[in-house]
Amino acid sequence: MPDPQPEQMVACRQCGLLQQEIALQPQGGAVCCCCGASLYRNTPDSMSRTLALTIAAIICFSLANIYPILGIELQGNYNATNLFGAVRSLWQQGMHPVSALVFATTILTPALEMAILLYLLIPLILMQRPPRVVGIMRLMETIKPWGMIEVFMLGILVSLVKLKSDVTIIPGVALWSFAALTLMLSAVAASFNPRDIWLHLDRIKNNRED
Amino acid sequence: MQRRVHPTPEELGLASCHVCGLISKRLESDVGLLCPRCLSRLHRRKPYSIESCWALTIAALILYIPANLLPIMETGSLLSYRRDTIMSGIVHLWHTGAWGIAAIVFIASIVVPLFKLLALALLLVSVQRQSTWWPMQRMRLYRLVELVGRWSMLDIYVVTFLAALVQISSLATVRVGNGAIAFGAVVVLTMFAAMKFDPRLIWDPLRNENLP
Ligand SMILES: [Zn+2]
Ligand SMILES: [Zn+2]
Repeated sequence: MPDPQPEQMVACRQCGLLQQEIALQPQGGAVCCCCGASLYRNTPDSMSRTLALTIAAIICFSLANIYPILGIELQGNYNATNLFGAVRSLWQQGMHPVSALVFATTILTPALEMAILLYLLIPLILMQRPPRVVGIMRLMETIKPWGMIEVFMLGILVSLVKLKSDVTIIPGVALWSFAALTLMLSAVAASFNPRDIWLHLDRIKNNRED
Repeated sequence: MQRRVHPTPEELGLASCHVCGLISKRLESDVGLLCPRCLSRLHRRKPYSIESCWALTIAALILYIPANLLPIMETGSLLSYRRDTIMSGIVHLWHTGAWGIAAIVFIASIVVPLFKLLALALLLVSVQRQSTWWPMQRMRLYRLVELVGRWSMLDIYVVTFLAALVQISSLATVRVGNGAIAFGAVVVLTMFAAMKFDPRLIWDPLRNENLP
């Protein structure tokens, strides 16, 4: 029996085992027969679905950064903050490394991730190859672990509990926007499938050559 | 149970791309192996995986000490002043009756970083000794390290948020302590360490053992 072509094989990213690709039902997934890691998924409409979810996430992200998250009241004094206000206040207290870390993980990375998705998905759906697509895909893989909105959301809840016995708490619009953003970003992560993008790029290239 | 660990792409004269996943014939060029689809440089394993992972883990272990000894939050009001380390903050939370939240913060800030450091050290030692011991369990350990690492940022977010919000003239103020810098560095370093570790190294000794 002749060996299958290299392009029809897939190597497990976690254990390195080389396996032959098989066709999958829509929404099906293949797992590695050595270590059980996910090899690839067949998600026929992942690009348009991811685009729709990204736009929803961008709306939540904007609201979450415009409005205050929480306000507190103590003996007639009132104070409220949003996320960027918290980052700026930490910077002014001289905690530059921590302030930069919080900014990078809760504002910069999620914003960059959503911008990259728009930049990639809109041309791809229109059968265009986005300029510098390989570098952008690599950037996407690099920054992905550093977006931590869901951890920040838990941080807000812990802060709520710490404050609730001492001060009066006034929840802001951004509190609900962050909750929605957490859901949207996990939905985006679940529906985004880098393999689809690479296969789609191959298809665009083949169309051009024909 | 005998697991199937052969073949790897290299054993068939092929190479796999870590960026786009394409399997291709090994085509040497003057700049090394390149992926024909995305032109990324191809490596058999992540370069300097063990060395850089050890360096990052040891650096994180050293910073783990000031992260736990230095105060992470200073709370002041007209009547009282507190300086909390991570642990004393958790104890305080426990005494105020917020047991659930105290447990969450304890797991995220104390258990997870310690678990990550020990797990990475265990994985590195086993890989360096070419161990064939329980590969699947070590693999699960690695996946757990990758999954839980980010949640250690919890306390950083809590102190950031409180320090910005609780600034009511002289009635109540919160400041972030230097412990937060060390603690943030521990989280970042252990995340880099986990990214540098190449889990395929866990399986390589099994391949050398039963080569056909
Ligand atoms: Zn595998
Ligand atoms: Zn490639």
